[in-house]
Amino acid sequence: MAGQVFAYIVYKEGKADDTALELVKAAGKINPDASPTAIVTGSGSDLDAVCNEVTASYKEVWKFDNEALAYPNAEIIRQLLVKVLPADAVVLVAHDTFGMDLSPGLAIMLDSTFVPDVVDFEGLEGDTLKAVRQEFSGQVSTHVNCDLSNGAVINVRPGVFQADGAAGVGGQVIDKSSEIGELVLRRRYLETVEAEVGDVDITKEDVLVSVGRGIEDQDNIEIAEELAEAMGAVVSCSRPIVDAKWLEKSRQVGTSGQTVKPKVYMALGISGSFQHLGGLKGNPFIVAVNKNPKAPIFQVADVGIVEDLLEFAPVLTEKIAEGK
Amino acid sequence: MEILVCVKRVPDTAENEIEVAADGSDIERDDLVYSVNEWDNYAVEEAIQLVDKAGGSVTVVSVGDEEAEEVVRREMAMGANNGLLLSDDAFEGSDGKGTATILKAAVEKGNYDLILTGALADDGAGQVGGMLAAMLDLPFASVVNRIEVMDDKKLKIGREIEGGNQEMHEIDLPCVLSIQTGINEPRYVGIRGIRKVASVEIPVWGTSELGVAADSVGAAAARVKRLDYFVPDLGEGAEILEGSLEEVADKLIEMLKAKGGIK
Amino acid sequence: MEPALISPASASFLGIPEIIIYILIPLTGIGIFAYIIYRRMVPLLKAAPDDRFNRFGERIKNVLKIWLGQWRHPRYMLAGVLHILIFAGFLILGARSTQLVILGFVDNFVLPGFGGAFGTFYSVVKDYAATWVLIACIIAGIRRGIFKPARYAVPSKYGHDHTFEALFVLGLISVLVLSESLFEASLVAAEMQKGLHAGIVPPLTLVWFFTLLSSGASLSALQGMHSVAYFIHEVTFFFFLCFLPLGKHFHVITSIFNVFFMRLERGNVKPVRYGVDDEHLDDLESFGVKVFEDFTWKHMLDFYTCADCGRCSDRCPANAVSRPLSPRFISIKGRDYAFEHYPLIGDNSAESKPLIGGIYSEDEIWSCTTCGACEQECPLGIEYIDKMVDLRRGMVDEGMVPQSLQKPLGALEKRGNPWGKMERKRADWTKELAEDCPVKILEKGKTADTLYFVDSISSFDDRMQEIARSTAKILHTAGIDFGILGKAEKDSGHEVRRFGEEMLFQDLKDQNTEAILNSGAKRIVTADPHAYNALKKDYSDLPPVEHISQTIVRTVQAGTLQLKPVEDGSKVYVYHDPCYLGRHNNLYEDPRRAIDAIVGINRVEMEGNCRDRSFCCGGGGLMLFYEPEEEQRMGVLRVQMAKEAGANVIVTACPFCLVNIEDAIKVAGLEGEMEAIDLAELVERHMVVDAPAEQSETEDAKSSK
Repeated sequence: MAGQVFAYIVYKEGKADDTALELVKAAGKINPDASPTAIVTGSGSDLDAVCNEVTASYKEVWKFDNEALAYPNAEIIRQLLVKVLPADAVVLVAHDTFGMDLSPGLAIMLDSTFVPDVVDFEGLEGDTLKAVRQEFSGQVSTHVNCDLSNGAVINVRPGVFQADGAAGVGGQVIDKSSEIGELVLRRRYLETVEAEVGDVDITKEDVLVSVGRGIEDQDNIEIAEELAEAMGAVVSCSRPIVDAKWLEKSRQVGTSGQTVKPKVYMALGISGSFQHLGGLKGNPFIVAVNKNPKAPIFQVADVGIVEDLLEFAPVLTEKIAEGK
Repeated sequence: MEILVCVKRVPDTAENEIEVAADGSDIERDDLVYSVNEWDNYAVEEAIQLVDKAGGSVTVVSVGDEEAEEVVRREMAMGANNGLLLSDDAFEGSDGKGTATILKAAVEKGNYDLILTGALADDGAGQVGGMLAAMLDLPFASVVNRIEVMDDKKLKIGREIEGGNQEMHEIDLPCVLSIQTGINEPRYVGIRGIRKVASVEIPVWGTSELGVAADSVGAAAARVKRLDYFVPDLGEGAEILEGSLEEVADKLIEMLKAKGGIK
Repeated sequence: MEPALISPASASFLGIPEIIIYILIPLTGIGIFAYIIYRRMVPLLKAAPDDRFNRFGERIKNVLKIWLGQWRHPRYMLAGVLHILIFAGFLILGARSTQLVILGFVDNFVLPGFGGAFGTFYSVVKDYAATWVLIACIIAGIRRGIFKPARYAVPSKYGHDHTFEALFVLGLISVLVLSESLFEASLVAAEMQKGLHAGIVPPLTLVWFFTLLSSGASLSALQGMHSVAYFIHEVTFFFFLCFLPLGKHFHVITSIFNVFFMRLERGNVKPVRYGVDDEHLDDLESFGVKVFEDFTWKHMLDFYTCADCGRCSDRCPANAVSRPLSPRFISIKGRDYAFEHYPLIGDNSAESKPLIGGIYSEDEIWSCTTCGACEQECPLGIEYIDKMVDLRRGMVDEGMVPQSLQKPLGALEKRGNPWGKMERKRADWTKELAEDCPVKILEKGKTADTLYFVDSISSFDDRMQEIARSTAKILHTAGIDFGILGKAEKDSGHEVRRFGEEMLFQDLKDQNTEAILNSGAKRIVTADPHAYNALKKDYSDLPPVEHISQTIVRTVQAGTLQLKPVEDGSKVYVYHDPCYLGRHNNLYEDPRRAIDAIVGINRVEMEGNCRDRSFCCGGGGLMLFYEPEEEQRMGVLRVQMAKEAGANVIVTACPFCLVNIEDAIKVAGLEGEMEAIDLAELVERHMVVDAPAEQSETEDAKSSK
């Protein structure tokens, strides 16, 4: 049987990320008997707050308090984890930009197995874990067998293991700060340059009309704007639209853009890559319009319309206007 | 600055649907065309620009079969000074760690100040850069979207993190960086450019040249093994509305009203 | 006979014989002029080769028509007429000025052949010429100095205003005609006073006017006027001569050569390097124009010849929508570069600097749709398309290609179409036709009389496939045995070549040529003017190529294609000339005839903006992918022109025009009010199709009788 399960907790401003709960769920999917241990690193009151918060879901919370850990710098945290983790540990990490930074190297240093960006687990047999991954930007999935005999670092895609809320397990915080030891700073954090804020704050909107590659041309953005106007919504978009400079960066939904929590999300011509869906929280009612019936967006949408958005959106706009 | 850029030959999937072969063992490759992984192309451009400013040379390396030579050549046409192909039957079926092991051996045969990879490739794993850094015991940064040379000992880099923000770091050289798209605007490589380097000899190194034990790489050493490809069941997906455009619009409006989507 | 006044050659000033001055001035003037021309020739001698010493008959014809006949000038009526007047005056007064110069050292000199009756006639004509030149200069001066037509404005990014130079030269010309007239009038007045004058003074000329004014002057005053006028004329003449090569008035000297050497073909593109055939392109060290010296000598001559008249930019669609391109400044900046790097005095071997990022910007060069409106307008035969293509070749060679174009180019290389669609789907548009109009795919030995070359956009774009289907139905109904190449067809590469990716174009051309020849077709038809132009001008040794509009006209005339009266007589149709059908291939009439073959159709013209003055819809091929900086879409302007002409249906004969115009109708908010349709679609809708059932019925009826 595989070794002890750990979960690295990401947090911001004293509040644990949604993934803290998702990792518990993921651990349960690997092994229902597992009782994962949370690892929280940082310094000061934010750290304490997060440690206390996650005791609701983790029986054991390892706390590492050190000035050098104040900013989550994967280069430092990796050194720490190599020192404190048991050789056969199974470490769960959210596959976000921090996880991508931390985990591959961590697996090498622990001489364990690295499994990137997992979307599902299909059971553990002995030391072999069967997981589900996606390739080609989510167009196809694969099953992979992972050897956990030497432990593993498993990056779990944020948002796929929807948690039901903290279970109230009432765990305890164990301060392991004394084990930190010396940390070498070969990569020094300087500052975070905030993305420019645009004229509209899409993170605060209830209804978003979001456009992707399917809009085809800058001038067609108007079609989305007209629909948004009719619905009383605001236009947002996926990354290619921002890359093409058709809309401002502040309108981008996704892991490299804004995280939004609307009630209704109209995805027009968006294929639905996980980087895009990663920016979509709060379980909105998703309507997908895409001419490709195989677009991954249809898997997550509540309602799908297999049409060219350039044809469908104007009809919808007109109908809404008529009904008013 | 001596820069090594690791590149991968991948199917070009932007315009075409990927289909899974009937037995699930692979995707349908007959109608696919291949090119260099998009992220890697940005990495090569960045390396060339760094060398233009700071001097040195760019070497492009790829792990793959003999067809991977075409992407190495393409990146040389782009302006990389040297090319290197790491190819051996023993490499087949390598997982991320196996690939990193092969690359590590190649890095150790040179003297590089900076090693670049793409942040991601077709398999969506984004693992080789971080693994390679750990194997070489070098500092690492992922999803890098900005590089500035501070002096010959360190770089200032930006990482693209959540929310579109940029996390700035100072990193010691030598180091490994995985490059995000959008860091630059890669130059065009035309047929003429490729023909100009058509006769340049690209060394091919296998296990013996690299001094890699055949059992440390390839399918046998892989701890993560792909079992199959499949298209996820769409059963739980969206309720697909059907009918004429007008009918669909009417149905949708009812639903949107119920969900508060029309104000 | 004693002259009434002392001639310049006999006069002396402060005891010095003026003849010395009047020998020295021409010698100095001609010497300086020759030196300047020599220095101006230096870059031309370093330039790339250009193959222009050929087809002399056609070239002389161009000189007679475009240079001597000023054929293109009246396209801008006022400026054109003024120019014709001044130009004609120059030609006429040239002889007189030559005579005057020689009179400075040869008394009573008369040009050979200018004696006798012709001399008298010439004298009258030149007096009127001098007069109209002055009047034209005054009007031109008022126009330039006071009314300032927008065409001449120089945007600040392109440097200082050129009005002063224009006015200065008008002033010089005025001084020349005034001094010549004064010189003559003073002599006539003196002769009259002495009763020596025999001839008549042409009434209402400057000479007549000045004679009248000076009739009461003393002989010594007249002598003074005579001498001073001569001196002023002499000095001004040689100053003017040497001033010409210093600016835009260089065209006075170079225009005849530039027109002689101007391009004779339209629609074609110059080879990468003259004298290097397609098979040897790989041997070239560098491609295209990167530094000034990479231009051909004719293209440098173009720069020298530009008169800064602004007609090109006035008709340039890119300029009209505020893209960063104004063809006029392509020339002016090129000329200024030549003047600066090849100075008249001192070292002219300074190292050449890259043009892109120097005098030209990348976006400027990508902004051109190669519509050809500028070249159509230029009264001096200046070329732009080849320069654009050469500059783009240089940029492609250096990797300077915008990301928006790299994708389609990459897809063209790998898949033969700019969208990267799978080759095997190229004939999918025929599937809907299967029943009533089977389309043969000419592969595996299958052949047909006519090959329909579809090209990428009509093969793959959902909307443009309608054009392909209409074309197929027309061919089928007209009883033409035709087929398509299917997956063996690649993009024609028309824009690939014009966007500077020559080697990729060569690849596409070779693949298509082989497929076309293998198909065994005896003729080719296409509904895409870009493909039409490519197959006709860029490819060689193919069967004859026809545009579908020609096929329609031919089959309607032969009676194999019958058209019904117009479906909706209330609609007003207007035909938009696609650049590559009209300007580049002179096909103006056939598409109009094809439309007019529909009885009762109401067709108007966009007067002033049709035929060779058609306004580009926005550009085809790769231009669809390029994202230019612009304030407006060309298509929107075009749709507005159609609306102003009173039309509500715009008929095009090009899939790219249809894309752009349909988009523009939406952007302009004219949906429901305006619509666009392709010629093939329009004709197909009005086609008389013999339903097989009806046929058999009539046969039954016949047999029962």
